[in-house]
Amino acid sequence: MNIVLEVLVSVLIVIGAGFVLVGSWGMVRLPDLMSRLHAPTKATTLGVGGALLASMFFFFGVNKTLSVHELLITLFLFLSAPITAHFLSKAYMHRHVDPEKTLPRPGRLGWSTYEAAPGAGDGQQNEEQS
Amino acid sequence: MTDMNEASLEQPETPARRLFPHPLLSFVLVVVWILLQNSFSFAHLLLALFLGWGIPCLTASFWPTRPHIRSYRKALAYTLLVCGDIVVANLTVAKLILFRSPGSLHTCWVRVPLDLTTPEAITLFAGTITMTPGTVSADLSADGRSLLVHCLDAPDPEGTVAMMKTRYEARVKEIFE
Repeated sequence: MNIVLEVLVSVLIVIGAGFVLVGSWGMVRLPDLMSRLHAPTKATTLGVGGALLASMFFFFGVNKTLSVHELLITLFLFLSAPITAHFLSKAYMHRHVDPEKTLPRPGRLGWSTYEAAPGAGDGQQNEEQS
Repeated sequence: MTDMNEASLEQPETPARRLFPHPLLSFVLVVVWILLQNSFSFAHLLLALFLGWGIPCLTASFWPTRPHIRSYRKALAYTLLVCGDIVVANLTVAKLILFRSPGSLHTCWVRVPLDLTTPEAITLFAGTITMTPGTVSADLSADGRSLLVHCLDAPDPEGTVAMMKTRYEARVKEIFE
């Protein structure tokens, strides 16, 4: 593996690790759960991205083959991160948020975490729709 | 095998549609399976084709309708735009975490009225909001007409909503509707 590739891999790993560190620091520093949610959904994406790019370049240098597993990890990460964030915020809203006081009113009907969609439930409020 | 009669409630039933209820899903499954193997051989391709045919057939009753993608070129352009914005989002959020005291952040909830109507388009829009600068989509209204978004630092909530609508929603609408 030549020196240029080695430097490139090292720089990418350091950048990635830096962003993961910032993301974790954000978890410690920010005051409430909804703000903390911003740190892992974003700062960490680039952290993992840097590590994955480093991995691709490393295997290209060592095996002389193009490794594409990393692209799949990126794809799965982009699919799962918003869904995880959505579930976490929904759980937080159930436990700690008063929809009348803190949230903007969407219209005649409320937010779906608190109110059933029209025609979805039979008078059973706050029951999970299967 | 599955109950094929439930597969397509709205579209006309043709043999090709029964065999491949979701051609795009089949294609993605084949590509993902070959990428997972990290090498290419005829045996892998055969197994990939089998999975690409079998999985959409088995799950067809969960997806009665098929999302309609109007422009693949615009979808690709949108992907590139979002990838660029994710990098910017990372830098913005990192700067906020490192250099701003938590008390000075203008965190707020905003309501984004939706022009989108199809579930796939709304999902893509909500996912994009979560991945991009300082915003996380938290909930959909019960009537499906607006999205609840939490902003980490928005001194100007109306401007943030307008930015999300023009930058992302307009493009998603062009792709799907």
